[in-house]
Amino acid sequence: MKRFRVNQQEIVFAVFALLFLVFSIFLNGFLTADNMLTLLQNVAVLGILGLAMAIVVIGRGIDISLIAALAVPPGLVLQMVQNGHSLPTSLLTAVLLTIAFGLVNGWLIAYAEVPSLFATLATGLLLAGLGQAALFQLDVVQWSPGMNGFERLGQGTVLGIPTSIWMFAIACIVVAFLLRQTRWGAYIYAIGDNPYAARVTGIPSRPIIVLQYVITALIGCFAGLVLAASVNSMPTRIFNSTLIYDVILVVVLGGIGLSGGRGGVLNVIIGTLLIGTMLNGMTIMDISYAGQNLIKGVVLLLAVITDSFLNPRNEETAQQGDI
Amino acid sequence: MRDTLTSLRYRYWPDHLLGEILSKRWTETAIPVILLLIVGFAFSRSIDNFLSPASLADTARQAGEIGFIALGLALVVIVGGIDLSVGSIFALTDFCALYLLDVLGWPVPAVVVATLLCGATLGAVNGILVGYLRLRAFITTLITLIIYRSAYDLLIQRYSNAIASAFPDIPSWDFIGAGSVFGIPTVALAYIVIAIFGHIFMTRLRPGWHITAIGGSRRSAYNSGIPVRRTIALCYVASGVLTSIGALFFASRLGTVGGDIGVGLEVIVLTATVLGGITLGGGKGSVAKSAVGVLIVLLITNGLTTMNARGGVNRMALAGILLVAAMVDIRWQKNRTRIISKVYVAPTYHELPPPPPTEIGQGGPFEQNDKLRDVEAIGLGRIEAPEDVILDRHDNLYAGSRHGDIMRFLAPDYQTMEVFAHIGGQPLGMAFDREDNLYVCIGGMGLYRIKPDGSVEKATDETNRSMRSVNDDSRLRLADDLDITDDGLIFFSEATVRYEMDEWPIDGLEARGNGRIISYDTKTGTTRTELRGLKFPNGICVASDGQSILFAETFGCSIKRYWFAGPKKGAVEMVMDNLPGYPDNINLASDGNYWLALVGMRSPSLDLAWKMPGFRRRMAKRVPVDEWLFPNINTGCVVKFNEQGKIVESFWDLHGENHPMITSMREHRGYLYLGGILNNRIGRYKLENADPNFVQYDKRWGKQS
Repeated sequence: MKRFRVNQQEIVFAVFALLFLVFSIFLNGFLTADNMLTLLQNVAVLGILGLAMAIVVIGRGIDISLIAALAVPPGLVLQMVQNGHSLPTSLLTAVLLTIAFGLVNGWLIAYAEVPSLFATLATGLLLAGLGQAALFQLDVVQWSPGMNGFERLGQGTVLGIPTSIWMFAIACIVVAFLLRQTRWGAYIYAIGDNPYAARVTGIPSRPIIVLQYVITALIGCFAGLVLAASVNSMPTRIFNSTLIYDVILVVVLGGIGLSGGRGGVLNVIIGTLLIGTMLNGMTIMDISYAGQNLIKGVVLLLAVITDSFLNPRNEETAQQGDI
Repeated sequence: MRDTLTSLRYRYWPDHLLGEILSKRWTETAIPVILLLIVGFAFSRSIDNFLSPASLADTARQAGEIGFIALGLALVVIVGGIDLSVGSIFALTDFCALYLLDVLGWPVPAVVVATLLCGATLGAVNGILVGYLRLRAFITTLITLIIYRSAYDLLIQRYSNAIASAFPDIPSWDFIGAGSVFGIPTVALAYIVIAIFGHIFMTRLRPGWHITAIGGSRRSAYNSGIPVRRTIALCYVASGVLTSIGALFFASRLGTVGGDIGVGLEVIVLTATVLGGITLGGGKGSVAKSAVGVLIVLLITNGLTTMNARGGVNRMALAGILLVAAMVDIRWQKNRTRIISKVYVAPTYHELPPPPPTEIGQGGPFEQNDKLRDVEAIGLGRIEAPEDVILDRHDNLYAGSRHGDIMRFLAPDYQTMEVFAHIGGQPLGMAFDREDNLYVCIGGMGLYRIKPDGSVEKATDETNRSMRSVNDDSRLRLADDLDITDDGLIFFSEATVRYEMDEWPIDGLEARGNGRIISYDTKTGTTRTELRGLKFPNGICVASDGQSILFAETFGCSIKRYWFAGPKKGAVEMVMDNLPGYPDNINLASDGNYWLALVGMRSPSLDLAWKMPGFRRRMAKRVPVDEWLFPNINTGCVVKFNEQGKIVESFWDLHGENHPMITSMREHRGYLYLGGILNNRIGRYKLENADPNFVQYDKRWGKQS
């Protein structure tokens, strides 16, 4: 069992390779240069979101409000520019909103001790509702001339590779540096591994948890900007989609256990590739949206079951009411 | 002047009620109910016809449907999980019912049964995953939410036209959806029936207790043999079934399978559940809380819809309420005991005049001496905490011990010690009746009877509940001392109704009349509260006239007389007030006078503090318990007083070695036997000029051995 656990990412990678191979052989139009670029472009945003989710999951939390952070602040940027504000002002406002949102999440989880799933479920609704009620005029916020130039964040290529993939790469490097090279990263792992031990060791658990959610929200906002730039608009109804489950799939399939303290950026990359291949294959096979959701749901369920066997919950540190 | 004001304020303002109300479990339901009233009132003022019969009936139908789902979720939350898939189960079972009825043309009863089965199956999937495979409830039901929802989407793509084009005209089906009995909609009636059953199930039946136990502590429940996994799984099944009941009513009312049915329903139901006060994480909740939560949420969402709020506002309101309610609930659960312990102690004003002098050279009846210096010690180091001592007709000595035993020292030398009877609670006052049964007041347990052969029987442990008390005062918390009248009526004191035995000094800090005197009739077996509002009533002794009892009020520093028979029946009269110490047990002396133990002496600091309730309350809030100012019980004395309340003699142990504190004393054949609740010995003091043949209960019951 222990050996198996060590090799989890390799297994996922093998599954990815197999799936890729099967799709290449049996699916027309899968293994074409165009499709590969589309695939990578599509998964770039998902991958960035996966990185954001990875940070909180490693710290034994979860952030369901990530899609709200993806949709609302970037949507606000587009809306403000549309209304005649300058791009830097709008960006600054959006970043401040994101930080405030992350602080609220973190405070609720770290200080008010609301379970993370529950808190972020509610704050996500709150932020999405705020966007719907007060910020946006239409569900899809359109690109406006004031944004020109900004679309390069998500469109075009650098050295022949689409920009969005570069953005994913940059995000990977930043998160990897944060998790592996800084003291804060080590703290996050410690908190995820055993929150009580971390706390008695003298790690400032609560501020670090708040920090996690602020960083996650910021990365989510970044992903939203990349998304908006690549499609030239911000479809804010994305909050109602099942994107969040894709993100959780990426993290869980990649091998970052939901019980915290394990995994890293590499797991996110592997998970992203697998999910990206799967989604792309299903799209080529012309499976309906609902059918895709059904398949994703079942795969996620299997992944969570497997995860619960591979990374069993630590009964010593699991909290009563840790739902 | 200021003292008068303070005394009036503390006399008439019931400070002690706050802590008592907060420690009641119904306060947690009362808060959402108050919120419901406020919300209802606010909307009825701002929206016309908000409370009109038509509008109410409409709300009742919705409330019934959502109420069923909320009941299921409440069950799952109480068992310690969560079920987010209810919205999708609702949609799927709604589809199931309409498909069977409209497309396959099944009869209504079959549709009902099949729909319930469908709900049970969907719930069982959750149940197996969460209960047996022990997955995280939140994430698992989040996934089944999306799986069920996609299945529903796929199904309605194929069948929505067929369902939409069918117009079934079945009276029984319409009755389910739109009928009413006596003006109450069917769904509301069904909800009420099931809610009442649910209440009985959760509070009176074994499975309901199992559910609460598992939610409270899964591991303890497992260790005590409760089938944890099966119970959890069944809760999810029940949640599925209850959701499908809601869906049945919904299907028969509207008959549609729109794409957005049940979307976001889980958030509404979850908000209702948390708002009602059902604790996330399990172990606490009730049907009433669930119902109140549903009503509040429905009033708010309906009110907002009527006021034409945008969709986002509704969403924000729900999420905001959900967060605030969850936060309040979590903080309250965490700090509940701390908050209650802070506000529970409610000191009151208690003024005593300066005490009579006790110092040597000052004269007076309490003048200190050293008579008890050389008393003989019985059972030294072998007995612990003999609060009361008593001797039987054969001169054997009995005393209670801290370990819950009645110990017996055998006459004549009192060297042999044996356990006479094991009771399990700390024995306090003791008395013999005519048949040589030993009646004992047991702290925390009540009044017990020990037969001469050592067998233990409960005499009484409850009295009539007083209507004005918030705390349930029917149980005896601290029965203290007793005596038996010639007619077989037992009067015993209960020192306090607000504190447990180990917290008795806090009652002294409060100095409120929390105690009472209760009578137990040995002939009829009835218990009755005789007097209440006494300041820590303690020692009791039937007076020589046979018509009254003398009782000590420890923190009232007084001895009073209560007539239970004769011309002055029912009257209470002061015998001695302003004692220099805290009186404890009273017993008969051979010369017709009474012995009284002073367990501790008053100190100027506590006397002053008793006049400053605010000071004591601040102390109780801000200072740890072991630093509080408590009544001194380190030094005391024994005094003898006569029928008129005059002190005849006093006995002290100035060195504080043998008997620094004395809670009880008995005269027997020329000796005085001394007990103290903190002592490790029983004292035996040779009395001069005492009747060498005096045996207390022989004298009382008129027999000689």
